[in-house]
Amino acid sequence: MSTPAPLRVAYRDLVVYRGIWKANFAGSFIQPMLYLLGIGLGVGELVDRGPDSAELLGGVSYFGFYSSALLATTAMFTASQQALWPTMDGFQWSNAYRAMVSTPIEPRDVATGLTIYFAARAAVGAVGVALVLALFDDTRSWGLIPAVLAAVLTALAFAVPIAAWTSTRTTGDSFTAIFRFGVLPMFLFSGAFYPIKQLPDWLEPVAWLTPLWHGVELCRGMVLGGLTGAEGVGHVAALMAYAVIGWTVCTVTFRRRLQP
Amino acid sequence: MPPPLITARSLVKRFGDLVAVDGIDVDVQPGEAFGFLGPNGAGKTSTMRMIGCVSPVTSGRLEIFGLDPAHEGRSIRSRIGVVPQLDQLDNELTVMENLVIYARYFDIPRAVARARAAELLEFVQLTERGGDKVDPLSGGQKRRVSIARSLISEPELLLLDEPTTGLDPQARHLLWDRLYQLKEQGSTLVLTTHYMDEAEQLCDRLVVMDGGRIVAEGSPRNLISEYATREVLEMRFGHGRNQERVGDVAGVAERVEVLPDRLLVYVSDGESALAELHARDVIPESALVRRSSLEDVFLRLTGRTLVD
Repeated sequence: MSTPAPLRVAYRDLVVYRGIWKANFAGSFIQPMLYLLGIGLGVGELVDRGPDSAELLGGVSYFGFYSSALLATTAMFTASQQALWPTMDGFQWSNAYRAMVSTPIEPRDVATGLTIYFAARAAVGAVGVALVLALFDDTRSWGLIPAVLAAVLTALAFAVPIAAWTSTRTTGDSFTAIFRFGVLPMFLFSGAFYPIKQLPDWLEPVAWLTPLWHGVELCRGMVLGGLTGAEGVGHVAALMAYAVIGWTVCTVTFRRRLQP
Repeated sequence: MPPPLITARSLVKRFGDLVAVDGIDVDVQPGEAFGFLGPNGAGKTSTMRMIGCVSPVTSGRLEIFGLDPAHEGRSIRSRIGVVPQLDQLDNELTVMENLVIYARYFDIPRAVARARAAELLEFVQLTERGGDKVDPLSGGQKRRVSIARSLISEPELLLLDEPTTGLDPQARHLLWDRLYQLKEQGSTLVLTTHYMDEAEQLCDRLVVMDGGRIVAEGSPRNLISEYATREVLEMRFGHGRNQERVGDVAGVAERVEVLPDRLLVYVSDGESALAELHARDVIPESALVRRSSLEDVFLRLTGRTLVD
């Protein structure tokens, strides 16, 4: 029986990951835990004393509010990082993707296989965060299970479009800027730390456009409840749109890069 | 005669305004070792990439196994082995993992891949390195891993782009020996090189490329006899003084080439030519008689040396 080509691509990426996961563990797991303790518990203690805070947060503790969003923000950070340097490696340092397309693998299979790898990688990170959230009363919920899927979808909404960008680059010069001017502002302004209603009115619609806001709302809603079906479908659709458009662009840019 | 494995007619590759391959005609027969000889930028790699179905043809006709790369690239690639100019190995993985993962791209079952990988590592004399990471291997060893990897799908056609560039002489000879063995087993080899000794060692037939065009075609021996004399007398009169001595060798040589550091005097018998020049009191600082090579063919055809 034959294995679909994209899975054979993802197999390579996962074998490479298996060799480096220990070094990656710190970044993808310990870092979110530090945020959880430092901000969720530390800042949370302060916020929950405010007279209106429960109402503003939708009737939940700040720890619950913030740490449920951590599923989405962790997915964003890990996925964005994966789509930059490690993806570049396949195009021009190890040239692994060039090696692939000299076999029956097509550039489109590379794009799909990479997407599968991003999803698998995000799932590992999200399960880790979910297991920790399950330890705390405020976030222990069956909703953690669909929230893991929401985190994976959030990861793809970042990783796949960024991989399309990476495939058009010959240096990593722009990569730090993507973090500084893309990922980090989203982290601060997309509703992870506070409801976006707190933003100035003109900035609020900007937050709606960011994939992170959709990811945060979806993960939070699943863990804490309070998400209507229509909202949920809307968020999923927005995240899917980012991933699908990104993949479509990848199929073109990967071909141009690998089969000039 | 069986149909050719590769047929190219008026094959052109353009990148924007740059014409990399400028209308070449090539036929490669099954079982042949065929070479593209030329300097950097001659269009050899672009041609190889089109044959390997990783670069679309701009115009002209190209068929591999009688199939059109534009529509059947996937199935053509499943029958080709490729050794790229720069190794494309996963340095952090073991030699064995590199081979098995590559076999999976061809959808070869893992057990079959492991068995073949073990045989191939023996063939390239790396059996004891199978469990080691690729990173610390020498350049020659990495190239041998690349060759083993390219053979894991049991290809009908093997493409080698500059297989020994950057390797030390000992590593080159080991590699040539392995490629020679493949040739003896009946594999079809297509290789590019800018080393004439490599082309002479390995190729049954070759084309000389320059500026995207084919400037000569034939077996190494035929090309040498057609475009050069049997021997070459190299004479050095000191840097910058070679041009003024061209007149001194008049009548002795069939042809003379002036290089910055030496005169190349094309003759059938180098020693007797040198004796005659000595008799005329033409005494160079140093003199050397050697057999003509493809380097001389290239110089004759293009007026330039192959390796700058």
